[in-house]
Amino acid sequence: MSNTRMIELIGVQKSFGTLQVLKDISLTVDKGAVVALIGPSGSGKSTLLRSINLLTVPNSGYIRVGDHAMDFSSTQTLPRDRELAAFRARTGMVFQGFNLFPHMTVEQNVMEGAVTVLRTPKAEARELALSLLGKVGLADKAAMRPDSLSGGQKQRVAIARALAMKPEVMLFDEATSALDPELVGEVLAVIRSLAADGMTMLLVTHEMAFARDVADRVVFMRDGCVVEEGEARQVIEQPAHPATQAFLSHFHNGLS
Amino acid sequence: MQYQWDFGFLLQYKGLVGIGALYTVGFTILTALSGLAVGCLVALLRLSQWRAATWVVTAFIEVFRCTPVLVQLVWCYYALPMLTGLELTPATAAFLTLTLYGASFYGEIIRGGIISVDLGQWDAGRALGMRRSQLMRRVVLPQAFRRMVPPLVNQTVLQLKNTSLLSVLAVPDLLYQGQLITSASYRPLETYTMIAVIYFAILFPLTRLAHRLEARPGH
Repeated sequence: MSNTRMIELIGVQKSFGTLQVLKDISLTVDKGAVVALIGPSGSGKSTLLRSINLLTVPNSGYIRVGDHAMDFSSTQTLPRDRELAAFRARTGMVFQGFNLFPHMTVEQNVMEGAVTVLRTPKAEARELALSLLGKVGLADKAAMRPDSLSGGQKQRVAIARALAMKPEVMLFDEATSALDPELVGEVLAVIRSLAADGMTMLLVTHEMAFARDVADRVVFMRDGCVVEEGEARQVIEQPAHPATQAFLSHFHNGLS
Repeated sequence: MQYQWDFGFLLQYKGLVGIGALYTVGFTILTALSGLAVGCLVALLRLSQWRAATWVVTAFIEVFRCTPVLVQLVWCYYALPMLTGLELTPATAAFLTLTLYGASFYGEIIRGGIISVDLGQWDAGRALGMRRSQLMRRVVLPQAFRRMVPPLVNQTVLQLKNTSLLSVLAVPDLLYQGQLITSASYRPLETYTMIAVIYFAILFPLTRLAHRLEARPGH
């Protein structure tokens, strides 16, 4: 059973001060599955995504990615720096704001995780970086600085940087929300190709048509709770819950 | 006013002036280095999760930022020995004071540089699985450093000017030597003009450097 489930969350809770952002979330993602997290802003979907690689450390709950699990219900002490780092190294994350390292070239950005965290020899890491840049269609930009790239190119570099860690899981936090509309397609195309390769992925997205077409499952969140979850086309085209229906009604003219 | 300028007599004091310049520049370099080292420590402690350390370091910074360095110097030399029974030479007291005074300012500049780095950069490094030290070394400090250099150079300019206060403890810096020459020659106009020109000649290139570094489009 645990072989088919790549991500498992049980009873995850997170509060910022008195504001409870995640209320007892349980969720599983099968190996090779693509799951889209949708919902209004402030619903907790980004916080949920960030708690999967412990960028946000939950107050309680159980989180497993692959063979690595962290249990926050029993331990009083927070995990240490070394444990957090080891846990995070197994997941790739792509951010809305790209967050490329501006003081490094494109190639160095992609090499960084492999060289610093995985201790891959430089030559080997460079070869890996170039092949990943080729995969996202940016092999010719290797020597450039991130600030000379377009938003869509930056995000594709960020995807290559995450892939260089050979992650078991990829997390996308509104990866196309900061992009000009004409640049969204090139990033979605890369995500689509990863899905075709069998990468396990969890995406927070506002691209409903993309969620319907690429995701296997869709999870709708509101107010820190999972309201509805199911097969992607089912949830997006025939949502069962009134809250899901209300949310998706804002998008339906864009869904053909 | 008919004043007969005569800089010629100063030549006989060139040995004294040379020693003064050496003390001024030497104290600046030494206390800039020690101040930076302590300043780094101060910045990291102030940014740490360790509550007690943060509190102590913040108190230290405020004490040294909110009192005149001349008062600190005099206090360290005259008052501290009464309190601790520890006799300090003028040079030691001066070194100690300027180091700590410099550290309180350098520390804040370094801390400011570190926290000016976008939080997304920390996220990106953490998401790659970097440990705190790796994140600092590879991602945060290289970006913070570029922003810190101009204010650090400026602070070092101030640090050099502050060494003129060492004369009150009879440390033979440029100003102190100037006072010696004046009392021997009765020509304060030429002497102090020369002293000012020497300070200017040392500092002007430094401020130009700071200006150049500031003018570079920031990363």
